[in-house]
Amino acid sequence: MTTLTLARAMNEGLRRALEDDPKVLIMGEDVGKLGGVFRITDGLQKDFGESRVVDTPLAESGIVGTAIGLALRGYRPVCEIQFDGFVYPAFNQIVSQLAKMRYRSRGSVALPVVIRIPFGGGIGAVEHHSESPEVLFAHTAGLRVVACSSGPDAFTMIQQAIRTDDPVIFFEPKRRYWDKADVDTTASAADALPLDAARTVAEGTDVTLLAYGPMVKVALAAAAAARQDGRSIEVIDLRSLSPLDMNRISGSVRRTGRCVVTHEAPVSSGLGAEIAARVTEECFYSLEAPVLRVGGFSIPYPPSRLEEHYLPDLDRVLDAIDRTFGY
Amino acid sequence: MPVETGGSSAAHEVIPPPLASAPAAAAGLPPEAGAPEELIQLLTPEGERVDHPDYPLDISASELRGLYRDLVLVRRMDTEAIALQRQGELGIWASLLGQEAAQIGSGRALGPQDMAFPTYREHGVAWCRGVDPLKLLELFRGVSHGGWDPAEHKFHLYTIVIGSQTLHATGYAMGIQRDGATGDGGEAVIAYFGDGATSQGDVNEAFIWASVFNAPVVFFCQNNQWAISEPLERQSRIPLYQRARGFGFPGMRVDGNDVLACLAVTRAALRAAREGQGPTMIEAFTYRMGAHTTTDDPTRYRLAGDLEAWKLRDPVERVKAYLVRSGSADASFFDEIDAEAARLGARLREACRAMPDPAPLSAFEHIYAGPHPVVDAERDAYAAYLDSFDDAGRDGHGAPPSAAGPPGEPGVPRVAQARGTGGFGRTGEAR
Ligand SMILES: Cc1ncc(C[n+]2csc(CCOP(=O)(O)OP(=O)(O)O)c2C)c(N)n1
Ligand SMILES: [Mg+2]
Repeated sequence: MTTLTLARAMNEGLRRALEDDPKVLIMGEDVGKLGGVFRITDGLQKDFGESRVVDTPLAESGIVGTAIGLALRGYRPVCEIQFDGFVYPAFNQIVSQLAKMRYRSRGSVALPVVIRIPFGGGIGAVEHHSESPEVLFAHTAGLRVVACSSGPDAFTMIQQAIRTDDPVIFFEPKRRYWDKADVDTTASAADALPLDAARTVAEGTDVTLLAYGPMVKVALAAAAAARQDGRSIEVIDLRSLSPLDMNRISGSVRRTGRCVVTHEAPVSSGLGAEIAARVTEECFYSLEAPVLRVGGFSIPYPPSRLEEHYLPDLDRVLDAIDRTFGY
Repeated sequence: MPVETGGSSAAHEVIPPPLASAPAAAAGLPPEAGAPEELIQLLTPEGERVDHPDYPLDISASELRGLYRDLVLVRRMDTEAIALQRQGELGIWASLLGQEAAQIGSGRALGPQDMAFPTYREHGVAWCRGVDPLKLLELFRGVSHGGWDPAEHKFHLYTIVIGSQTLHATGYAMGIQRDGATGDGGEAVIAYFGDGATSQGDVNEAFIWASVFNAPVVFFCQNNQWAISEPLERQSRIPLYQRARGFGFPGMRVDGNDVLACLAVTRAALRAAREGQGPTMIEAFTYRMGAHTTTDDPTRYRLAGDLEAWKLRDPVERVKAYLVRSGSADASFFDEIDAEAARLGARLREACRAMPDPAPLSAFEHIYAGPHPVVDAERDAYAAYLDSFDDAGRDGHGAPPSAAGPPGEPGVPRVAQARGTGGFGRTGEAR
């Protein structure tokens, strides 16, 4: 076990993937000498060379489009999109090309491309640096969408994503990059929890609280606070946003009878809406209250001096938990 | 307010030269970047005035002093902003250090009727367009997304997503065409972007649109040699200005640290645009003297030696040298400018520190033209939620209405209140 920041754990996971498979490539803006603006690829170009860790020209459509070509040629590219708000120039390549190639080729073409996106707010950034666009990709058939929330998961999930034969959109909780945790860098990714499985990170009996990425920490804090008030909250880290691990989610809700979903993205047409619908279908007779959602507002991400209002925090999550007892 | 020094001397405008000569890359090898014969220069780094056959420039001593004043004041604004960021007053700052001449020269070439589309680094152009530097600090402090009125200043909002604004500029120019607003004294557009931006699809599409529609737009590329950590060679094998020819319009490279050359060449290109000659690309060859932004660490990717070489080509010093050499300014003038810069710095410092955070509910404004059921409901619910903390803090009783609960649902005591986080003091934990 080593104590690592989440950023460092990502770095170690990428390093392992580069070591394990010579077909793995890393490409993106500033990923070389600089090691990426968050230093996720720090030192990788030095150790694996410029043809495996590639500083690309400044164009996201180009990054993803050429990654598709490289994948067609047998490589496994891992693309870094510098910030969430800069993925949109690549939207055509991701949604119309990357996601659909297997289907269009009737299964003969696989595109094992990973697109890493640091996402979410809370770092006091200017516009376009704090967004949560995950639902745009979760809505797109053909893409797997995951979000890690901790160092150990960052380390294994990125390796699993790279080994996946489908395209994976890999969201990283940027405001948690500097959080430290013990990570076993000798652990085998193959033995880890499968990439599409959710994880129960706190057990409880009264409410199921669902979170992913940066919100897992908030959810755990809410569970701890609620415990003081005599409420037992089960927290599930979704990890996989598409597909959702409905077995685990519904299994928990059937026991607790209450469900709250939280994410930074706007609540309207967000992932919480999909979860609420599925939970309602699968757990209707177990529910004591409607599924409640706590998330961003239906507004553009505000100037950072207002982001503490926009981001769901401990109090807003606790408020929702309270409300599920009001029915 | 900044003094208008440029823009009024239409008499000195010239017809731009014909298309740039065929690229030396014909042989397959890119020409030396920055080869002296390509660079349009009117004022040497030593402060000597030189002539260029295609860009004659008559400039009065008072205009020159005005340009110097602009250069010094925007540099001061920049220094102050970096300091404010270090002190935690700004979230981030993108410094223009080294690019003052490119921005002031091109900014002062604009007439009041012309429209400019900036990136996030055009603080010098913002200055020329009469935008209060405090508005820029607001943006980088996180108080606004850019709170000036683009129409009032004829200066669009800063655009952070690389390259997008070049298409907006082109579309705006197409509007000018449709309005018949070109011609003598008519309107033109300038689009700013960086060397890195030239790789974006949007920028290349803007070139194509401007070209085939002959739009009155000037593409002003500040080639500061870097896109964060990536050197120019990662974006282009040929000098950037030569790209223009492939799109079907003229491109030229100007010494971006020479305010006079930037002024003359931009004027000429704007005039060509007004006269119906279509777009021009100007590559202002310069250098980003500082970090990409205050969060960047350039020691990881570039050599200190380059920086030293570029210091000798400082855009401000050479104007000062020329002012002295030509007897256009005396010591008292320079003292005056320094004092004015100090006053500007002090004003920005104080006003920035005193700048209040926006009201929480202002986040819900200006999303649509009128009322919107979802936004309005969320705003009202959040207002009630915030009020509930006030109530709890004031009198500690009374269950507030639920933040987003079903209407008519009885409120329930909140954990947060029970834990006494009254007033506006939310727990602020676990962010
Ligand atoms: C679409 C997009 N991708 C990535 C970024 C992140 N980013 C911000 S500035 C920058 C480099 C820009 O370089 P250049 O165009 O040369 O302008 P400069 O910053 O040097 O003025 C990058 C990659 C962005 N803002 N937008
Ligand atoms: Mg640049």
